[in-house]
Amino acid sequence: MIRLQEIGLRYPDRAGRQGNRGHVLQAISAEIPPGSFRWVLGPSGAGKSSLLRLLGLGLKPSSGQLDLFGVPVARARRAALAKLRRRTGTVFQDLRLLPELSVYDNVALRLRLDGIAEDRIELEVTEMLRFVGLGRKLGVRPSALSGGEQQRVAVARAVVHRPPLLLADEPTGALDEPQAVRLIALFEELNQMGSTVLVATHNEALVRRFPHPALQLERGRLVSHG
Amino acid sequence: MVRLAGRKRRADGLALRRAMGDRLLPALVAAMTFLAALALAGAVGASLLAQRWSAGAASILTVQVPDGDSGSDAPESGTRLQRVMAILSADPAVLAATPVDRARLAALLAPWLGDGAQPGFGAGALALPLPSVVQVRLRPGLSAPGDLGARLDQAAPGTLAERNQDWSDRLVALTTSLQACAGLALLVVAGVAVAVVATATRAGLVARRQAIEIIHGLGADDGYIAGRFAGRTTVLALSGGIAGTVLSVPLLLLLCRLGAPLAAGTAGLAGLADTRPATWLLESVRRVPLPLWIALPLLPPLAATIGWMTAQATVRTWLRRLP
Repeated sequence: MIRLQEIGLRYPDRAGRQGNRGHVLQAISAEIPPGSFRWVLGPSGAGKSSLLRLLGLGLKPSSGQLDLFGVPVARARRAALAKLRRRTGTVFQDLRLLPELSVYDNVALRLRLDGIAEDRIELEVTEMLRFVGLGRKLGVRPSALSGGEQQRVAVARAVVHRPPLLLADEPTGALDEPQAVRLIALFEELNQMGSTVLVATHNEALVRRFPHPALQLERGRLVSHG
Repeated sequence: MVRLAGRKRRADGLALRRAMGDRLLPALVAAMTFLAALALAGAVGASLLAQRWSAGAASILTVQVPDGDSGSDAPESGTRLQRVMAILSADPAVLAATPVDRARLAALLAPWLGDGAQPGFGAGALALPLPSVVQVRLRPGLSAPGDLGARLDQAAPGTLAERNQDWSDRLVALTTSLQACAGLALLVVAGVAVAVVATATRAGLVARRQAIEIIHGLGADDGYIAGRFAGRTTVLALSGGIAGTVLSVPLLLLLCRLGAPLAAGTAGLAGLADTRPATWLLESVRRVPLPLWIALPLLPPLAATIGWMTAQATVRTWLRRLP
């Protein structure tokens, strides 16, 4: 269960203090049941990425209370926050692949942080990369891949450990239509296995093709939910 | 199955070998360890000197009997020196009381008094009236009775009993202050080592900031990231510590050889004159105090420990800026 209560967010200034640049998110309240699929919709600047970053514990809310998997985030210790992050798979909008690592190691890192044995990692990672069409590029560095391929590596890294919560920020931005459809189908498959999935997108065709409830944001406020 | 042979295992993208190179930090730690070895040698040397001086000087008493060969109003009681010797020999605290031979006394004083101190000068007599001197060695752990001086003065008026303890106390005070200086130098070296490691670690953190943020976002906890940096720093500090310690050994051998007369006295200088390389080396090694041989190998692990702890603290503090 994800519970947001009157969540507000201001980005900190350079000194780390809460800035006065206005709220990025304001009074967001919502409950997202486990095992649900939600689109996160809204125009650019509406706060979709900020909401996903907040749910991925990449940001701390400036106000309000966030409960993730029943854990009140504001009161959780740092080690507990790290554990929550490991239960979450995130496809960042800027991908955030590690340039020094091969495609294989970028994806394997996710499992290594969970302390999984290397032989099992090898099976999981190769299977996942084959599924996203990168089975022949295991040893390649991300810089040698196209934008779409890099996006698929980021997706593989996010889902390889079958996370209870998957957050995807514009995961289909660099993909063509068939690839995008295949990707959302993968997310649905994961969702049917019990994961909670939140996907931020501008792609209305995809939203129509895969009908799910949506969190609609406008200027930092949640205008509709469901 | 796709072949993955040759792929580096357990890569996590921190690339610390590149972020924290294997030259500058080990070189700086080596310099710190070298200085620490010298300070340690100073502390150990001062401690041994203090022990030697206090143990040696405190057990010796010098008694001067003016006009020791003359008799008294009661000739049957012997010369003044004999009366003093009788009291000293009867004292349970005295292990041995040995009158210093006149010829030896004159020879000892000759550099200051010239021939005037030589026996036989001027009609077979000393030109200057030298007192009889008795060197008294006290039993280990015992000190001279407080009334000894008074009793000796009563037996032979004008007799002086000089406790070498007074001199040794001053020397021990000197060596204690030398030890304190050496200890302070060690602390300063350790402090500089902490600063050097912290700076190198922070530079590594800044260089790998983006990778750290990604790994942190994927769920790596502070302990994992701090452990990776601390592991790298420990290896670098250990290698620097070993290098600095090994480099300090030749200088320590030379210093211990030069300080041998202070540490061993003239009696223990046999063998130092031999200039054959093997003997020279063996004798030099023998001159290094055992406590120093024991302490030196501890320096590299100590450097590694400082490196590990400093890196842990630096990284964990730095990570606090991440959510």
